[in-house]
Amino acid sequence: MRDEIRAPGQAGGFEEVVLPHLDAAYNLARWLVRKPQDAEDIVQEAYLRAFKFFGGYQGGDARSWVLKIVRNTSYSFLEKNRPVELAEEFDEKIHTDVVEQPGAETALLQSADSRMLREALDELPVNFREVIVLRELEGMSYKEIAEVKGVPMGTVMSSLARARTQLRAQLIRLRTKEEQGGLRK
Amino acid sequence: MACENNKLLLRAYFDGELDAVRSVEFEEHLKTCTQCSQELREQQAMRDSLRAANLYERAPEGLRARIRASLPAEARPQPIPIPRRPVLEWLAVAATILIAVFLGARVLPNIGGQRENLVAEEIVASHIRSMQPGHLYDVESTDQHTVKPWFDGKLDFAPPVIDLKEQGFPLVGGRLDYVDHRNVAALVYQRRKHFINVFVWPEESKTAKLPDVQTIQGYNLVSWSHDGMHFCAASDLNIAEVRQFAGLLEQ
Repeated sequence: MRDEIRAPGQAGGFEEVVLPHLDAAYNLARWLVRKPQDAEDIVQEAYLRAFKFFGGYQGGDARSWVLKIVRNTSYSFLEKNRPVELAEEFDEKIHTDVVEQPGAETALLQSADSRMLREALDELPVNFREVIVLRELEGMSYKEIAEVKGVPMGTVMSSLARARTQLRAQLIRLRTKEEQGGLRK
Repeated sequence: MACENNKLLLRAYFDGELDAVRSVEFEEHLKTCTQCSQELREQQAMRDSLRAANLYERAPEGLRARIRASLPAEARPQPIPIPRRPVLEWLAVAATILIAVFLGARVLPNIGGQRENLVAEEIVASHIRSMQPGHLYDVESTDQHTVKPWFDGKLDFAPPVIDLKEQGFPLVGGRLDYVDHRNVAALVYQRRKHFINVFVWPEESKTAKLPDVQTIQGYNLVSWSHDGMHFCAASDLNIAEVRQFAGLLEQ
């Protein structure tokens, strides 16, 4: 037996468990608060918090654990600095009122470019943006998303469904707007 | 719009959250239900666009260093010495270890399983990340004699690199990746429009032994060991083709 105990920087310590998820942490914060500088501050604060609570980390999925802290830090930030964004509701009546035409949408969705997707995602309310980012960009399972958000898996499923419907509607709206804009020229 | 009865199933299927039996059942339903298959195509189109749009925001340069610097000094790697203990305490420690070993023998298989899950999830995460534009390979080449030497000096082992173009799985490149706390080689193969990532690292006593075949979030993983190397192929291809591919590579 060696004359030392596990220090935070050693195998299974803070550096090894938490730091590898820095990209995931930044990606989530960046999409939640939408401003790079704010995202950096939030990640830094979240990592300090993570360090403080690391004693309570029981093993298990480190990424979910880190992202949960990043999420809570981001929401506290929004509450304090931009409460309007948290209260934002998507006007589902207007935005999802699209003509259901089988097949036509598929082509449209496929042709959406990066800028358009960014804009569409950016315009979703924060809780919908969040589930899309965790599921589609971070590739998390329902169970992991539930852990990050602190809600039951059924809630994850339903918000994901609503988020997707709205993202789709948003994309179609942007696309149609663009086409009409093009026609006018 | 999916048909009313199968809305939930469709979502779970699309997100790889159904078990194998129910997936097969739902695939049967898809064959006859145009509503559901149309909905699935639309969801897939949106997912493809999202993945192709390169929306993942990586941490900027310098953030890691800033965080390291802001952490209290004890977060940085350094052994913490334990003061010397009297004999009795050592006895207590010895007894604790004995009990731990005894319990460990009963509990450990589960802990081992957890670790394999972590490694498998890491592999899926790496695979997903590699599908984002610009992340697929560090060296882009269909020539095994270009890809293999590229790893020279970047890894402490030489991964076997073979091309399977004639068998329908052309090699398209390679990159460095990080799995199970070590640098590993990732070889990229293509099958039609699908990519297969093969992660290769040397087997050690502590290497997590992954199950031969598993499905995580809709991605199929096939693992095997050969000549002291551990291999794990990950892809969104169907399981039969991933196994066929693994069989070819293993030969």
